[in-house]
Order: sequence, then C-alpha cells, then structure tokens
Amino acid sequence: MNLDLSFHLDVGLGTKPKLDPDALHDLLVVGAGPAGLNAALYAVRKGLDVAILGKRRGGQLLDTSAVDNYLGLDDVDGEGLSERFQKHLSKYGVPVLDGAEVVDVLADGPHHVVVLSNGETYRSKTLIVATGSTPRKLGIPGEDRFAGKGVGYCAICDGPLFAGKDVFVAGGGNSAVQAALDLAQLSRAVTVVHRSTLRADQVFVDRLTTHPKISVLLGTRIVEVTGDAAMDGLVVEDVATGARRSMKGDGLFIEIGHLPNVGPFGKRLSLSEHGEIVADERGTTSVPGIFAAGDVTDFPYKQIVIAVGSGATAALSANEYIRRLQS
Amino acid sequence: MKMFNEDLEKQLKEIFGALKRDVTIALFTEPGCLTGEETTGLMEEVVAMSPKLHLVRYDRKVDAAKAAEYHVAHVPAIVLLDASGAYRGIKFYGIPAGHEINSFIPALLEVSGAESEVPKEFTDRIAAIARPVDIKVFVTLSCPHCPGAVQKAHKLALMNSNIQAEMIEASTFEELSRRFNVSAVPQIVIDGTKTLLGNQPMPAILDAIEAEAS
Repeated sequence: MNLDLSFHLDVGLGTKPKLDPDALHDLLVVGAGPAGLNAALYAVRKGLDVAILGKRRGGQLLDTSAVDNYLGLDDVDGEGLSERFQKHLSKYGVPVLDGAEVVDVLADGPHHVVVLSNGETYRSKTLIVATGSTPRKLGIPGEDRFAGKGVGYCAICDGPLFAGKDVFVAGGGNSAVQAALDLAQLSRAVTVVHRSTLRADQVFVDRLTTHPKISVLLGTRIVEVTGDAAMDGLVVEDVATGARRSMKGDGLFIEIGHLPNVGPFGKRLSLSEHGEIVADERGTTSVPGIFAAGDVTDFPYKQIVIAVGSGATAALSANEYIRRLQS
Repeated sequence: MKMFNEDLEKQLKEIFGALKRDVTIALFTEPGCLTGEETTGLMEEVVAMSPKLHLVRYDRKVDAAKAAEYHVAHVPAIVLLDASGAYRGIKFYGIPAGHEINSFIPALLEVSGAESEVPKEFTDRIAAIARPVDIKVFVTLSCPHCPGAVQKAHKLALMNSNIQAEMIEASTFEELSRRFNVSAVPQIVIDGTKTLLGNQPMPAILDAIEAEAS
C-alpha cells in the first residue's frame, strides 16, 4: 500500500477568492490546466488584471502519473507538476475561481461577458479559452453500461481495485502505454489492444514490450464489452480478417485520445473538422479579443509542454491586443 | 516511520493555526486489523502538531458501547468529535493517507468550527433534508478526484445532523467494496442503494438524496 501523503497547499482554508462582478477585467482565462495557468502567469507579469475561471485546478495533469518529458523536471508526477505550477502562480495573487463552469459567452460591445453555471457573470476585454479536453469514448455496446463496473477512464485512480485481476487497455499512444505500465504494478496481467500500430514514444514502447505482465495486441478493434452485473470480457475483431473472438478480463481502461471541451465557445468561434477551436500561431481565434490555448485548440500534439507554451503565446497576444485597443 | 517530512509538518502547523476549537479524533482499531498500525501512527503524528487536537483510542470490541454510539461498523475507523465531544456524523474507514490527506485535514478544520462557505443556493436544500441519510464514499489513496467527493459528503453531514458520511478506503475494505460493486472511484453510495460515480458536483448529490426520499 502506498502511504505517501500527497498534500495540497491550498487545502481547506475556506478562503475563496472573490471576483468583482461589476469590474471590467483585462483578461479572463477560462481553464486552470497547464495552458490556463501559464497564460495567467504571463498576463499578470505583463501587468494585466487577470483572473482564472477553472473547473478543475491542474486539469488533466491530475490524471497523469509520471511526467517524463517535461524538460528540466525528469522526476515529477502530474500532480506534483500541477502543484508547482500553482505555487509559482500563487506568488502573484491571481484570483482562481474553482469549480467555475462557463455556460455562455456573450458580446458586450467590444468586450466579452462570460456566464457561469451558478448565474454569475464576469466582463473582460479579452478571453483566453484553455478548457482542455476530455477522454474520448470507444462508442461500442457495453461501454456505458459497464462504466464504473469494469470500464474505467482513470488508471491511477482505479488501478488498486484491479489488484490481481486481468485488465485491458484500449489505445496505442503515450497515455495508453502509461496506463498499462501503471496497471501492471498491481494487476495479474495487462493486455493493450489497439487497432493500428503503437504511436507512443519509443522509450515507452520499449518498457511496454519488455514488461513480463503486459501483452500487446495490435491490428485489433474492440467491438463490445461483455458481462452481466459487471464486465467479464471483450469481443475483439482482427482488423485485417474481420475475425471476431471473445477475451476474458475484469477491467478495460480506455485511453484513445480526447475530445476538445469547446462548450459554449463552439457557437461563437470557428472550429476545425475535429471540433477543436481554430487558433493561429498567436493563439488568435475567429473572434477579436478571444484567444485560445492548449488541448482545446487545433494545435498539433497534445502535450503538457505545448499547452504551457501556447498559454504564454495567447497571453502575450492578449496583452498586445489590449495595448492596441488603448492606443 | 514518520509520514510527515519537515516541510509538510511546517505547512500543516501553519494550517492548524486556523483550528477554531478543539477536535478529538476517536480512533477505533482491533488487534490485527489491516492498516490499524499505520493509521494509529498517522493520527499520533497529526495530534502532535496542535494543542487543539486530541486522540482517544478505542478497541471496537472492548469499547463496544462507544462503537455503537458512533455507528462504527468496521476498523480502522476514525471518528471526529467536536469541542463538546459530540459526534458530527463524520467518519473515515481506513487510513486517510495518499491523496486522502486532503479530505482529512479539511475535516479537522471544519469540525473545529473553521467552516468553509457553502453557496446560499445549497444551504436551504441541505437544511430541508429531514430523514436519516447515509453517504458512503469509496476511494483509493492514488485517486486525485476522491478527496473532493469525501469533502462534500462530510460537509453535508456537518450541516445536517440527519446525515452521516464516511470515507471508505476500497483496498482495505475489499469485501465491502465488492458488495457495492466498486470498480471505479470515487463512488458515492447513498443509503446503500443509490450510486453516483465520480466527484459529482453538490447539486447532483443533493438531487440523489432528494430523489431517494420521494
């Protein structure tokens, strides 16, 4: 049993930052993941009046165990990195509204108004949309029925519940391989199922293929999750031959990429064919004054370091935009 | 083995400065109970950090009357008592280590009277719950979303004496977890029948409680 303490600094002090609903802010950052946090850091250092409206502080970093590819930080987990980000930002006193879900975005002359699910509204000269993405589903029979009854989306959370059991991982990217390596610590056997070839980093693939508990099944599609009260296996199909067969197992973790959380911004901003917010190399969207950063955008490669960088870009662009308005 | 390093201890002492009144941790164990020793060690370290925190140790069998008073069904169990010694419906089954330290520390503060604010839109709904409600929140120690669910359940218990809320560490209480078909966490079980998956927002939890009543 892992008895380390993963303590958060901001725990339970009951002090919630207040945002003045009547104020006109320079910048509101929607999203509190790596892109949003870094956007706020760059903005506050430029002297902007900035606040973060975030659903979940840290974003998807919280679902990541080891982060092995963030330059200079070779021994940090997702949560540790998120804490460092927040600690750094907290030096500047940027207000962060937690659990804030933006349900609407309106134009108010040249300014923008965001409406939260609790009815609160905030006004700003600029917005940065950094709302990230959520795990994509397979969309196959049994997936929803057995959600929480074998089918999971957070391997580090639920891994201990599959100690000594047989689990599957769907997907072939870094997240899938990471999930398989995490699960293999406690599970009896882990099978990675992917419809094409592995696209994870070679260092990950090497660890995967040499792991005694992990087997890899490529060119294979999962077509159904089977079971009764709980999941008891999968039906898989060989992509080349179309041959189907059943496999027994207790759990399935789905790591097949993500869908962008465009939310209410989808109706105002141009989207890519994948439903992502179209942003240029400066983070500019189709609406003046609204910028976008991180996994919600059509930037290629969804990586922490890329989200962080795009957050900085968007903040600097927002700063320039505000200066232009004033001149 | 000490669980809090120097840095963490410093931070916690600072946080415990916000404790308003005394809090007593009633810890129930049993000879040979799983993680009982680690849990005792952790609690001893915690109470040593503030004069406002106290630890009372019970054996579930020897102190059966106390166990019944606080509705202790499993061990190890941590029951938080306020300054007047009253049970406020807040329990932890299993060690609140790993990520769960983030539900345990706030619970101490809340029971001490250093209460966090609940939006007004919820307070009336919470106050209106007039029948006994039991909330179980199954967690693992490696789950970053779990403490949020536990905090909400405990907050409900604190705000309405009809509600009891407990964290259950799923790896320690395997059989109980099996009985409630726990294969993903956090899993919130209301009155043993209604199940919510994930760290659900307060309105969803209240909806489930209210639906149960009708």
